[in-house]
Amino acid sequence: MSAWTPSPRELERRALRRRLRLRSIAIATAASLAFFVAVGAALVTSPGWPTVKATFFSVEDAKASFPAIRDGFWLNVKLFLLAEPLILVLALGLALARQARAAWLTPLRVLAVAFIDFFRGVPTILLVLLLAFGMPALGLQGVPNGLFFWALMALVISYSAYVAEVFRAGIESIHPSQLASADALGLSRAQAMRFVIVPQAVRRVVPPLLNDFISLTKDTALVSSVALFDAVFSARDYTAYNFNFTPYVVVSLFFVVLTVPMARGTDYLQRRAMRRERAGAL
Amino acid sequence: MTGSAADLPAAGTPLLEVLEVRKSYGERLVLDDVSLRVQPHDVICLIGSSGSGKSTLLRCLDLLEEIDDGVIRLDGREISDPLVDQRAVRGRIGMVFQAYNLFPHLSVLDNCTLAPRRVHGLSRPEAEERARDLLATFGLVDHVDKHPDRLSGGQQQRVALVRALCTRPDLLLLDEITAALDPELVGEVLTIVRDLAERGTTMILATHEMSFAREVATSVCFLSEGRILEQGPPAEIFSQPREERTRQFLRRVLPPSR
Repeated sequence: MSAWTPSPRELERRALRRRLRLRSIAIATAASLAFFVAVGAALVTSPGWPTVKATFFSVEDAKASFPAIRDGFWLNVKLFLLAEPLILVLALGLALARQARAAWLTPLRVLAVAFIDFFRGVPTILLVLLLAFGMPALGLQGVPNGLFFWALMALVISYSAYVAEVFRAGIESIHPSQLASADALGLSRAQAMRFVIVPQAVRRVVPPLLNDFISLTKDTALVSSVALFDAVFSARDYTAYNFNFTPYVVVSLFFVVLTVPMARGTDYLQRRAMRRERAGAL
Repeated sequence: MTGSAADLPAAGTPLLEVLEVRKSYGERLVLDDVSLRVQPHDVICLIGSSGSGKSTLLRCLDLLEEIDDGVIRLDGREISDPLVDQRAVRGRIGMVFQAYNLFPHLSVLDNCTLAPRRVHGLSRPEAEERARDLLATFGLVDHVDKHPDRLSGGQQQRVALVRALCTRPDLLLLDEITAALDPELVGEVLTIVRDLAERGTTMILATHEMSFAREVATSVCFLSEGRILEQGPPAEIFSQPREERTRQFLRRVLPPSR
């Protein structure tokens, strides 16, 4: 194949495309600037702005509350990091139990359905309250009895019920022909699940799973309702003494800083999965 | 260099003119210096093995893919210009895909009236009358209100043809439209295409149906590795191919009894 040099017409076209691209970047920038400046101006010029600024956006209060919030936020991060793997395991187990077709596994299936139905129905905050205050009162032997442990369990149980349904959707989205070819090769149903269906299903549900995990990072704030010193509770503590709501804004920023990279990561994975599925679709 | 513009017969402004078009996906060169002229009422058949660039060429003509070099002109106007209104161009070109690509959430009739109503500004009664006429012509009268998934592959592909025809395109691009069909359903689709050819519809079709190409084509192009290796009337290409690679290809795809 001889070396190719673009024709003059093609070079002209490339220059034109480049100009068009620059023009659309310019339009995008101008439109965004105009929009955000207008919104900002409307906010700052509103009659109540000085009061709102002093109560919600006070730099001194932000500085004063920062160390306590930062320390509390570590608890949220810890909850999230511990809950996530537990949720993945429990949820996949639930989804598989729900998919089980063998007759002797029926009790397991019933249990899985009941678990999912029940815990998806109970508001997470109630679950946190009930477990964190109720379970230690039982005085169970052999399990930790702290507030932290049971608040963590409440999150794990609540989210597992959701995530199990995400896994189930993924498993059911795998075309029946895949199961048919696994059957045709003589694999047992469990083997078909283990080696054929679940690997494909998991790959497919990664983006919606990450979405649920972003939601989980925020819901770790629910543990503040049982007086665990997380970021939100620390902020509430500060506002109660100082009559200033700035710490709530600070906490929000903490969560945003944690979740935005996760959201971008999800987008990236979604795009990559789409590209992969479309490759060869030409 | 075979198949370049210079070798082709000069005539009045062709409906479509493809000049030295090049297209690559990353490192892989899929169209290499492709030139082609299409006069009104021409039926051009693109033949060649899978991956020879037939589909890519059709997609480039419908501006679904950006070309890397060369020029495409429709009625003498360059449509490969980045400033050209792509939707206006596509309003004049109809395309039918191998996998039908019907909209599954719309009935047959709504599939056929969507573009006439939303793009070409026809009223609902006008668009429906036109669609019903065409559907009747192609034996789909009983399926007007059904959804595509209720139809056989052959019926779906006939609907896809009608959908493309409902916008009254000046040029019809058919991308291996029988390749996904069961052998016994191929006939019903090809009958329609034959019909269209007789009525003077200008078409470019990528196809694996050699006997069909021989019968309806005004000109056959053999593509190999992204180049039009050889172009000519079907009698010439199928009986006395000039290129060794064309001969090899035909030997593989034509029944040996010939």
